[in-house]
Amino acid sequence: MAEPWEEDEGPVKKFMYVNRKAPYGTIYALESLEVVLIAAAFDQDVSLAFLDDGVFQLKKGQDTGEIGVKNFSPTYRALEGYDIEKLYVEKESLEVRGLTADDLIVPVEVLSQDELSKLMDEQDVILSF
Amino acid sequence: MPIEVNGKTLETDEEGYLANLNDWEPAVAEAMAKADGVELSENHWEVINFLREYYEEYQIAPAVRVLTKAIGKKLGKEKGNSKYLYELFPYGPAKQACKYAGLPKPTGCV
Amino acid sequence: MATLHTVNKSPFEKRSLDCCIRHANPGSAILLIEDGVYGALKDTAVSDKVSGALDGRKVYVLGPDLHARGMSDDRVIDGVEVVDYAAFVDLVTEHDRVQAWL
Repeated sequence: MAEPWEEDEGPVKKFMYVNRKAPYGTIYALESLEVVLIAAAFDQDVSLAFLDDGVFQLKKGQDTGEIGVKNFSPTYRALEGYDIEKLYVEKESLEVRGLTADDLIVPVEVLSQDELSKLMDEQDVILSF
Repeated sequence: MPIEVNGKTLETDEEGYLANLNDWEPAVAEAMAKADGVELSENHWEVINFLREYYEEYQIAPAVRVLTKAIGKKLGKEKGNSKYLYELFPYGPAKQACKYAGLPKPTGCV
Repeated sequence: MATLHTVNKSPFEKRSLDCCIRHANPGSAILLIEDGVYGALKDTAVSDKVSGALDGRKVYVLGPDLHARGMSDDRVIDGVEVVDYAAFVDLVTEHDRVQAWL
């Protein structure tokens, strides 16, 4: 017997979550992640883009013990289990912040600004955080 | 409403989820199950322990769909389906099992 | 294919407008709203950048937000179009998607 979520749910749209804020200073990063996890139930074509300060969300080695808020960075590693496998990071944003893909907690696809702009223009829906 | 476990009073939220993850011990799951009229079996414990390990690694409680798939991978196909999990946890595998495991209510679980 | 980009932050405090312009492909439109309207003004440190964005793109500014901040239409960069709420709605429906730069 098929599980209920394996049934055909009609047309699939391309949703991109665009993350441009650093974690902890504002609530945007955590809110985005929660929306992504909830929306994963709808079986759409989901991708996440990280650019500008959003790339800081994926920095390895976050330790929030001393600021008394939850470290939600391990949750990015759970996305694969939610069938969210398209994570894009803008190359220029990494470079100006002194980061490389090796600094990130999950495997990502690094794209140039132009490649990312094109990809954003192919989406049906863009959700900005 | 707070619950009494091994002489300690533990805070819970209005739905009975443990307020502090660190308050958990196996006796907490036993006490919650007893209040629901459930006796915990090996099979229950497999799922509860799996949830605690999942939370430890990812800092979230998994959605039912994700839990089902992951259980199937880890404990075998005959356990990785919602029928099996709902038989163990009739109030909903994510909801009821997460509660017994001391985790917060799963994100997106209504 | 065409995207409507919105910017709602002042370009003097945040880099949202800058990031938006870098990613707005030719053929797209940019609408400045809320504190973003300061980016539509002449003779500021960002005027040249916005004028440059007009090459290949349309730039709009929301009149009600502009007027609320004491700015009249004659202070808006030449080529940037002042729109009302009804035109805002039209812009949204005419484009394939809206991308907000927060």
